[in-house]
Amino acid sequence: MDMVLFPLLSTIIFLPLAVALVLILLPRKNPLLIKVFTLVWTILEFGLSLPLFFQFNEKTAGMQFMENLDWFPEYGIGYVLGADGISMLLVLLTTFLTVLCVLCSWNSITDKVKEYYASFLLLETAMLGALCALDLVLFYIFWELMLVPMYLLIGVWGGPRRIYAAIKFFLFTMVGSVLMLLAIMALYFHFGRDTGLYTFNLLDLYKANIPVMKQYWLFAAFAVSFAIKVPMFPFHTWLPDAHTEAPTAGSVILAGVLLKMGTYGFLRFAIPLFPQAALAATPLISILALVGIIYGAVMCIMQTDMKRLIAYSSVSHLGYVMLGIFAFNMQGLEGGIYQMLNHGISTGGLFLVVGMIYERRHTRMIADFGGLSKVMPRLAVFFMIITLSSIALPGTNGFVGEFLILLGAFRSNISYGVLAATGVILGAVYMLWMFQRVMFGQITKEENRGLKDITKRETVILCAIVFFIFFMGLYSQAFFRKIDATAAGYLQNMQTKIASSNPAGPVPWR
Amino acid sequence: MVVMKPELAFGWIMPEIVITLSAVFILLLSAFRRKNDIGRLAGGLSLIGAGLALFLTCRLWNSDIDIFNGLYTIDNFGIFFKALALVISLLVTLLSLRYVEREEMIKGEYYALLLFGILGMMIMVSSNHFVTIFIGLEVMSIAIYVLCGLLIGNPRSAEASLKYFLLGAFATAFLLYGIALIYGTTGILDVREIARYVTSGNFLITPAFMAGMALLIVGFGFKTASVPFHMWTPDVYEGAPTSITAYMATGVKAAAFGAFLRVFYTALYPFLTEWSGLLWIIAVLTMTLGNITALMQNDIKRMLAYSSIAHAGYILIAFAVGDRVFSASILFYLLVYSFMNIGAFAVVILLGRKEAPNTGIESYAGLATRHPMIALAMSVFLLSLAGVPPLAGFMGKFYVLSDAIKAGYYGLAVIGVLNSVVAAYYYLRVIMYMYFKEPEGEIGRLDLSPAYAVVIGISIWALFHMGIFPRSFLLIARESVNIFM
Repeated sequence: MDMVLFPLLSTIIFLPLAVALVLILLPRKNPLLIKVFTLVWTILEFGLSLPLFFQFNEKTAGMQFMENLDWFPEYGIGYVLGADGISMLLVLLTTFLTVLCVLCSWNSITDKVKEYYASFLLLETAMLGALCALDLVLFYIFWELMLVPMYLLIGVWGGPRRIYAAIKFFLFTMVGSVLMLLAIMALYFHFGRDTGLYTFNLLDLYKANIPVMKQYWLFAAFAVSFAIKVPMFPFHTWLPDAHTEAPTAGSVILAGVLLKMGTYGFLRFAIPLFPQAALAATPLISILALVGIIYGAVMCIMQTDMKRLIAYSSVSHLGYVMLGIFAFNMQGLEGGIYQMLNHGISTGGLFLVVGMIYERRHTRMIADFGGLSKVMPRLAVFFMIITLSSIALPGTNGFVGEFLILLGAFRSNISYGVLAATGVILGAVYMLWMFQRVMFGQITKEENRGLKDITKRETVILCAIVFFIFFMGLYSQAFFRKIDATAAGYLQNMQTKIASSNPAGPVPWR
Repeated sequence: MVVMKPELAFGWIMPEIVITLSAVFILLLSAFRRKNDIGRLAGGLSLIGAGLALFLTCRLWNSDIDIFNGLYTIDNFGIFFKALALVISLLVTLLSLRYVEREEMIKGEYYALLLFGILGMMIMVSSNHFVTIFIGLEVMSIAIYVLCGLLIGNPRSAEASLKYFLLGAFATAFLLYGIALIYGTTGILDVREIARYVTSGNFLITPAFMAGMALLIVGFGFKTASVPFHMWTPDVYEGAPTSITAYMATGVKAAAFGAFLRVFYTALYPFLTEWSGLLWIIAVLTMTLGNITALMQNDIKRMLAYSSIAHAGYILIAFAVGDRVFSASILFYLLVYSFMNIGAFAVVILLGRKEAPNTGIESYAGLATRHPMIALAMSVFLLSLAGVPPLAGFMGKFYVLSDAIKAGYYGLAVIGVLNSVVAAYYYLRVIMYMYFKEPEGEIGRLDLSPAYAVVIGISIWALFHMGIFPRSFLLIARESVNIFM
């Protein structure tokens, strides 16, 4: 836990906000200036976040790049930031996808351009803040702040049913998070009474010793909030609507980063704060994750709208992540973390491709297409690669994550592993079938004959995605080196916590 | 505690004297000037008066003194509420400068009554004596009964005035009866003396005393617009001039809560277990009914009226919990609430015209396209009302809810947060109209006078400042409630 002199994390978090404020002052009449300005700064932002990766100390499981300032000391609220192997990679994913989002909105957003990019930058600040915050109040502020720009992105620039989708998104997420707020307070007062130290600092609260009954309640409040965000099976209904109605970039960032906030929340808060409760809830959560995997996949097979299909595939893929995390072994955990990144890349890529097709044809119905590979050969190649990454073909990034998750699942419970593996098969079915119906065969609709292949700008976007698909698939070591120490330390901590509170009981790890 | 000779005590009530003199001067001025063209002058005078009084009030900070034989008290608690009332009056006066002209109201009396209302609030919150509290309440109420009806020729305004007066008279009677019963059973009118007496061991709680306590809850419940004593609120808020609605929703509520808090956290604090349960129920009813009814409103003024009922419910959460130290969160909430409400009402005023008040929600359709800055400002106020961080509304809710959690009132806290989700729906609905819909019809040219911009700007700044750096404000609130220790 070394303090750095230069507040790198703060700079990364608040740079987009500052850019957004400057953006508001730019003249409305010049959309090109606004776009270029945003693009340049988001690229700089990505560049600024790269040192996180290269200066990251792989040997330690502790928080790095820590910043710790008093904010409201009387109440124990601090401005505490830090990153470990998990959040560092998610920060990079966020800054990377934001660049692509700005690029892919280039021509599709023509109305209220300034507000659009300002909302996006505000969203970036909120996401990065939520990923780095190590104070529960600070985290909650960023967590709630994410809602507003996303609500606007869906509601203003979305599809025909955007109003319904935007409000559903906002209210669903808010129900969960207000309950979490109460749990945060309850935790705060419990810890304060127990130790005399009233603090919202997460690293201190990790040491809390909470009676098991109380843990169940608090874990439930946190878990519902995060499960809505993931989304896990019974809480997923907002996702297809939000995804379908959001503009392309909104879908990309929603799938790429916002959903990860749920799984990240489990990893960072719900599990380490309430380990016994998390352990007790493992069967329930694993089964819900499996239901999500299979249900999501089955729903995908039936979809007629490409975006909706990808949305349901997210339900399925996030089910894998949850299953991996709750396997509570090294393979499952690392696979889960890796799959969070993969899903951001490949599902983000799929939304980008669908967005490109939609921009040309203004429809997303699978039935309206067929034989597109003849008119758009270059798009077809990229689409194929991303599809294969999504169904976890060896050599692509998806394979590494899914394989590890299945390994972890088999080690924790064979029946989980078997059921999860069926999801892999279903995944291949719906993705390849969709690809076949859209890209192969004869051109059945006359409108599709005149479609133009992808432009240079679009090629750049897709090349970036495909680069990471192969890089993460073939040289995953580069990333696992960063995750290893964090994941090992994570499991170690949990083990000692459970063992210390329950010395006679069995330790459920192998 | 020092007791002063009366002739030396006037120095302590300089703020009240300044306000009274300004009001009387404005009244005289409007009587001697034949033409009704003194709007600017009267407005300017009341701004100066209120500003001077605010300055004098702040200078009294950290005094604790009884004057006029214990009828009047200068302490931090009172000073906090007086300063809040004066800030509210400054903002409302700024809002009124153009609004009064636009609606062709009687100008001189308007500002004079506004100041008398403030005077009532100041008296009401700075006394430990039931008689003074009652006088303050009446001074405030009578001024506001009249102010509600100042939209001459508008039947809704007259209705509001009459309704408020009739129901207000009832509420006053209840309050007075409650005071009488408590006086009858204890023989004391000073709230601190009552607290001392009832805990001395010589006191046997009687049904009459309990009835007195209940009647006090009714009386204060009416002024704070708590369910089930809220019936007047929507009609009065809708019919009254909008600036007065803002004034009632913030100033009256704050002052009423101030007196309510002082009485219940000193005189009646030993009976916490008795009244806490009652206020628990009132808090739940107030939040739930306010929010659910607000869902169905299509008029912004009416929606804000129901929302203000709901906010009274959130405040009552902390009230019912009965933690003396943490009652600071009530003060902080009232402070935050005043800014966000005045801001929202300022936008409502800004969008209206004499012929068309434009308070229907459809007038807000497409506002973001027409007036992006106004839509942005309104969104800030509404999001703050909804409790979205990092705005101050969130911090207000945060401290109120943490009171409930600290004391173990989990049920109340859960009901409170679920209510805030319901509330988010109708606040977002306005934002949805502003941003997601296309403009319908014309709302005409807006009068973008700098006075409105100042009020809106100050409110936005305050909401961000108190949301991100709440520390100093909360510490001030804490020092204010030290009188309960």
